[in-house]
Amino acid sequence: MKLDFSPEDELFREEIASWLAANLCGKFDSIRGRGGPGDQHMFIDERKAWEQKLYQGGWTCIGWAPEYGGRGATIEQQVIFNEEYARAQGPGRAGHIGETLVGPTLIAFGDQEQKDRYLPEILRGEAFWCQGYSEPGAGSDLANVKTSAKFDDTNQQWQINGQKVWTSLARESDYCFVIARTDSKSVGHRGLGFFLVPIDQPGVTVRPIEQLTGTSEFNEVFFDDAHCSIDDIVGEPGDGWKVAMGLLGFERGVSTLGQQMLFQNELDEIIVLAKANGSAQNPQIRQRIAEAHIGLRIMRFNSMRVLSSKETDGSLQKEAMIYKLYWSSWHRNLGKLAMDVMGSESEVLEDGPYQLNRLQSMYLFSRADTIYGGTNQIQRNLIAERALGMPKEPRG
Amino acid sequence: MNFKFTDEQMMIRDIAEAFLAQTSTSAAVRQAMSTELGYDLQLWRRICDEMCWQGMHIPEAYGGLGLGYVELVATLEQMGRYLCCSPFYASVCLAANALLVAGTEDQKLTYLPQIAVGKTATLAYTGESGGWDSNSVKVTYQKQGDSYRLNGSYRFVPDGHSAEILVLAARDQDTQGDEGISLFVVPANTPGIRREWLPTMDQTRRQGQLQLDDLVLNSDAVMGDVGQSWAQLEQILDLGRIAVAAEQLGGSQQCLDSTVAYISERVQFGRSIASYQSVKHKCADMMVKVEASRSAVYYAACVGDQFFNQTSDAVGLAEAASIAKAYSSEGFFHNAGVGIQLHGGVGITSEYDIQLYFKRAKSTETFLGAADYHRERLATLLLDTQVAL
Ligand SMILES: Cc1cc2nc3c(=O)[nH]c(=O)nc-3n(C[C@H](O)[C@H](O)[C@H](O)COP(=O)(O)OP(=O)(O)OC[C@H]3O[C@@H](n4cnc5c(N)ncnc54)[C@H](O)[C@@H]3O)c2cc1C
Repeated sequence: MKLDFSPEDELFREEIASWLAANLCGKFDSIRGRGGPGDQHMFIDERKAWEQKLYQGGWTCIGWAPEYGGRGATIEQQVIFNEEYARAQGPGRAGHIGETLVGPTLIAFGDQEQKDRYLPEILRGEAFWCQGYSEPGAGSDLANVKTSAKFDDTNQQWQINGQKVWTSLARESDYCFVIARTDSKSVGHRGLGFFLVPIDQPGVTVRPIEQLTGTSEFNEVFFDDAHCSIDDIVGEPGDGWKVAMGLLGFERGVSTLGQQMLFQNELDEIIVLAKANGSAQNPQIRQRIAEAHIGLRIMRFNSMRVLSSKETDGSLQKEAMIYKLYWSSWHRNLGKLAMDVMGSESEVLEDGPYQLNRLQSMYLFSRADTIYGGTNQIQRNLIAERALGMPKEPRG
Repeated sequence: MNFKFTDEQMMIRDIAEAFLAQTSTSAAVRQAMSTELGYDLQLWRRICDEMCWQGMHIPEAYGGLGLGYVELVATLEQMGRYLCCSPFYASVCLAANALLVAGTEDQKLTYLPQIAVGKTATLAYTGESGGWDSNSVKVTYQKQGDSYRLNGSYRFVPDGHSAEILVLAARDQDTQGDEGISLFVVPANTPGIRREWLPTMDQTRRQGQLQLDDLVLNSDAVMGDVGQSWAQLEQILDLGRIAVAAEQLGGSQQCLDSTVAYISERVQFGRSIASYQSVKHKCADMMVKVEASRSAVYYAACVGDQFFNQTSDAVGLAEAASIAKAYSSEGFFHNAGVGIQLHGGVGITSEYDIQLYFKRAKSTETFLGAADYHRERLATLLLDTQVAL
């Protein structure tokens, strides 16, 4: 067990740091530190252009194998990349769903043709993706999806009908990956398929949902005879659950490291503010800032542990299951801390009618962290059942 | 970077687990608890002679095995898990560390080989104030020619009533804070030292109090530079904090495991109580505490290694130690408390072991500074100083 990075890794660190210093400037100055959680729909054009800039430098999808255009970066290098990216205040990655969810899923479960078609445009920062899992009747109980996919023999394509909800960044995306029922008589995990659906088509309607922040990052997505090609199902009809769950496994992997660096920037901002407005003298605030620091450091150590022990087949061990519950609770507390450090000023907006500053918007949006991607209650069920071997919840 | 045990470290951990599962049973712990010494001499001999744990991180030049802090922490975790009653912590994690950090070459050559073969030792520094910072050093020394005259009393000294070698912190009269502190190492039977057992709520580890009445020491007992030893003492304490946090981690894990085992057997309302969601969620939260504590402790162990081979500075050590100690203290206490609750009535009996963990959680939480102490220490680094963490 050791923490030191090798000399080669330190060279890698210099390489990315100097590339960022030379490129994250000029027209990209305005997006430094922007586009994080709660702010993901902002500066979308600039951030997409930034993805292409990253690609030109060879800095997109660095964890993918070279045969798919990545660098085959080691875990250590991915840690370093994320550290340096955040240190340079790199903007929230517009391409992160493609890079960290869709890409690894296609690499693991897709066929050659799908890899050839979709991976290059993700790599180049040209195609953006959103996640079509949740439905009005299928939130925590994801297996209850009703959206249907029927194979249309005449047109040799899949026809999709139904509704998704809470779909983040659907308006900013080119494709949506959708789980839908291929066997209309099936219930639960069986009879599902995993589809790659273009958004820009007559059968797809995206309606923004206004959030408590006054902005709209998530949407309702309606499918009325929407279609995708015969080749756009990942795996076989009936494999949808397996693929969908595989994807959620990648979500708990390296993609968490970038997020922690955004958290670090937020905590740093809170510390600067506390020093400036005198709340750094308040003993309770001091305790809470230290607690936030402890929590974030441990979050990083958790990731390092989990990533170092990744089984050779790429699956994570059961200890990795605490990750979502841990970070979401931590971040929710950070939101409250930010407001308490701001004190009375926390109520006052940047501007009317409802222009929140970064910390205010983080505070409000952090309430979503314990809901999306499996609520805290669902996480606790999973930990108890899968990691601790306790009895399963009864089903209605 | 490779943040997992090597195969060899895994083996050391597994051997410790297997040995302690056999020797530090509930009955053995209770037997040790009932004696004033606080541990079973036979078990201690086996730990020293068969397992050689007490020489684990002592360099080979001083009679040890020359392994690292990670190996030590892996062993301590298991000792905490099995509530192993022994003078190991005081001898190795306090006294041997003190010698390694602050001892002169002569002192290392004299004392470390003794500890490596099983002589017991401890460190005394705080007293009636009950504090853990530099101001809590109240015993004074007066320099008289080539010798030092020490007066005052210590409390909360692990195995203070029985250890054979003592490391003592004292301050030059009329100084305060970080100034004027010196460390001394002496055989415990030196005239001028009175010692007694301090009965404690947690009976799985003994504490003693020491009274020094005109203890006269020669300059060869002085460790480090006279009057300048606080910085080194702080490093010694940080290494001790990492070690205690490792024990807490083991205890915390055991609270979870024994609770899950108990509730899986117990049936109420016609079903296993482990099937109730409020019970499951409490266990999930316990697991979060265990795993987060594990990450903090293993990280700190690596920093301990870096400290010994001089790739980490004192600030890095302090940060890692305070993180591990603050989190593991609260995590262990939480898990022991929830453990009692989920045991129901039997959790309140002396027969079940969960109460022993509950008491151990509290005593280790207080020892070397509770969570609030360590958070304030981190807050000082984060808010009042310019160091980069
Ligand atoms: C900001 C945001 C972005 C999102 N983005 C996306 C996206 O891009 N794509 C997508 O597919 N989805 C997305 N979601 C949806 C998200 O995954 C769901 O909101 C989440 O799974 C919870 O489902 P629900 O909202 O229907 O709540 P419900 O399932 O109705 O839960 C309501 C409450 O009941 C509790 N509960 C439910 N079942 C149980 C149980 N078995 N045991 C104990 N308690 C239970 C929950 O914990 C919760 O507190 C997003 C959500 C948010 C808030």
